[in-house]
Amino acid sequence: MHVPMQTSYDEDIRLFRHRVAALWYALLAAAVLAAPAILGDYHLLQLSLVAIYAIAGVGVMLLVGYAGQISLGHAAFLAAGAYGEAILRAEGWPFLLSLPAAGAAAGLLGLVLALSTSRLAGLYLAIATLAFAFIVEEVLTRWETLTGGSFGLMVGRITFGQVTIDAEWKFYYLAVGLLVLALLGALNLLRSRTGRALTAIRDSEISAQSLGVHPARYKALVLTISATLTGVAGALYAHRIQFITPDQFTILMSVELLVLVVVGGLGSLHGAVLGAIFIVVLPQIIVMLRDAFAISSAYQAGLDAGVYGLLMVLFMLYEPRGLHGRWVKVKLYLDIFPYYRKATFRRQRLFQKSERLR
Amino acid sequence: MQGLNDFGQMLLSGASIGCVYAIVALGFVLIYKASEVINFAQGDLMMLGAFLGYTFIGVLGMPFLVGVGLAMLCMGLVGAALDRVVLRPMVGQPVFAIVIITIGIGFVIRSVVIVTPGWGTETYTIAAPYAGGVSALGGVTVGNEHLAIIIAAIVLIAALYAFFRYTTLGLAMQATSQSQLAAYHVGIPVKTILSMIWAISAATAALVGVLLAPVTFVHVNMGFIGLKAFPAAVLGGFGSIPGAIVGGLIIGIVEALAGFYLPQGFKDVAAYVLLLVVLALRPQGLFGQTAAKKV
Repeated sequence: MHVPMQTSYDEDIRLFRHRVAALWYALLAAAVLAAPAILGDYHLLQLSLVAIYAIAGVGVMLLVGYAGQISLGHAAFLAAGAYGEAILRAEGWPFLLSLPAAGAAAGLLGLVLALSTSRLAGLYLAIATLAFAFIVEEVLTRWETLTGGSFGLMVGRITFGQVTIDAEWKFYYLAVGLLVLALLGALNLLRSRTGRALTAIRDSEISAQSLGVHPARYKALVLTISATLTGVAGALYAHRIQFITPDQFTILMSVELLVLVVVGGLGSLHGAVLGAIFIVVLPQIIVMLRDAFAISSAYQAGLDAGVYGLLMVLFMLYEPRGLHGRWVKVKLYLDIFPYYRKATFRRQRLFQKSERLR
Repeated sequence: MQGLNDFGQMLLSGASIGCVYAIVALGFVLIYKASEVINFAQGDLMMLGAFLGYTFIGVLGMPFLVGVGLAMLCMGLVGAALDRVVLRPMVGQPVFAIVIITIGIGFVIRSVVIVTPGWGTETYTIAAPYAGGVSALGGVTVGNEHLAIIIAAIVLIAALYAFFRYTTLGLAMQATSQSQLAAYHVGIPVKTILSMIWAISAATAALVGVLLAPVTFVHVNMGFIGLKAFPAAVLGGFGSIPGAIVGGLIIGIVEALAGFYLPQGFKDVAAYVLLLVVLALRPQGLFGQTAAKKV
C-alpha cells in the first residue's frame, strides 16, 4: 500500500502523485502508440472514435462532473464544431486554422448560452440548455444555404500542407494526440485556482460565494471551455463520419454524452475516458447479445433504448460513482486487505437540500 | 374580419394543444412539488398510457370511457411502482442523479413499447366516439377532438383543485409538498403519499395521452411532446400548479400563432425561444416563488 508522505505543498498539485503512477501511464502511452502496429483498421477506427468521444467527454466532465452544472444540450456544441469544421474546410481553410476556429465557434456559442443563463442553476439550467439545443438543431435544419439543411454536408479529408490524413492510423494518432492535449489541459486547469473554484461551486454555491468565488463568472468560463472542447471533438467527428446531417445532433446525442460521464464516473478525468470506451463498445455488445439470443433486428432500436435506459438507472442506483468509482473501490479493497469496510464509500443523504431555497 | 377570425381560430387551436402541455406540465409539477424530483419520463408515461388506451379501446373493443378509465388505473399502478422501486432508494440524493434516473426510465418505457408485440414503432389511432365532427363557437370552428381536450383539461383541473383543497388526502399531499419532515412529524405517511402522487401524475399522463390520440395518433415518439411541456412548467415557475396551466396555454398559443404568422420552422422552436427569453429576464419563471437560503 502506498502511504503518502508530503514534504511540500507542491505535492498536492503534482500531475503524477507518485512514481508508480507515472510508470503505469508510461506503459499505457507505449500501448497506445504501438496500437496501429498490432490492430487492424476496424479496431483502430473504433479506438479513434473512443478518442473523439473522450475529448467531448472531458468537456462535459469539466462542466457536469467538476462544476456540477447539468447540461442536456451538449449536442449543440458538437454540432457547432462539426458544421464549423465542415464549412471552413469547404471554404479552403487549412486544418490547423479550421480546427481551432471550429472549437472557438462552439465556445462562442457556449459563451452566448452562459451569458443568457448566468442567473440560472440546477434544474432551470438543464432545461435552458435543452431548449438551446433544440433551437440550434432547428437552425441547422432551416439555414439551408449554409448547412445544406437535412440533405447534410460532405466533409473532406484532413490535410496538413502536403500531408493528407488518408490512412486509419494517421487519423488515430491525430485523435489520440488531441485527446492527450485535452486531458493535460484539463488537468492543469483543475489543479489551478480556477479548478478549485469550480469544485467549490459544485459542492456549495453559497459557500463558494462567501469564499470570494464569483459563481456566474466561473460558470460562464467552464461552460465556454466545455463547449470549446466539445466543438473540437465535433470537428474530428465530422471528419470521422465524413457526412453530417442535423439529425445526428439531437437530444439523444446530448443524453449519450451525459451517459458517458455518468457511467465513466463523475468528477474524474479517468471517468471521461472510461465512459468513452463504454459508449463505443456498448452498441457492439448489444449487437452480440442480439445475435446470441437470436432477436430480430427489427427490435434493434428498442433494444438500444432499453439497454441505455436500464444502465442509467442501475448505475445511478448501485454505482453512482461510475466505472472509475468501482475501480477506486476495488483498488482500495486490495490495498488495505483485509481491513476494507463496507461503509467507506457510503452515500450521504442530504435531506435538507432544497433546490427551491437558493 | 378575416384576419380577426384567423386570429381567433389560432387562439382556440393553440389553447387546445396548450391544454395538453398544461396537463403534462401538471404531472411534472405535482411530482416536483411533493418530492423535488423532476420526472423527465412524463412524456413517455403519457405515450405508454396512450398505447394502453389503444389496446383497451381499439384492440379489446371496450367502450371509450371504460378504456380511458382502465388505462388511467393501469398507469396509476405503473407510477406508484416506479416510485416504490426506483425513486424511493434515491431519496436524499442529488438532483442530478434523479434527473439521470428519470431520463433512463423514459428510455426503458420506450424500449418496452417498441419490443411489445402489437405495439412496436407503428402508428395507431384510437376511435373516439366524438372524433371527426366540428363545433362552431361564434364564427370560429373547432374540431371536436380539440374541444374534448379543452373540456377534459378544465374538468381535470377543477377535480384536482377540489381534491387538494377539500379532501384529507389532498391536504396531506399539500403538507408533504411543503415540508416532508414536518409532514412526517404530524403523522402523515410520507412514503405512501409520494407513491400516490406518482400514481396521480401517471394517471393524468394516461388521460392526456388518450385524448391526444385522435389529434396526433399513437406513436412511440409521441412522448417527445413532454419536452414541450418542460418549457410550460418552467415558464410557470416549476413549483406552481396555476403556473403550469398558464404556462401550457401560453406555449400552445404562442406556438399556434408562430406557425401561422411566422415563416416555417419557427413553430417548433417558438416554445424554446420564449423559454430562454423568460428565463433570462425572470430566472424563477413567471410564477416561481423563491426565498433566500439561510447559511
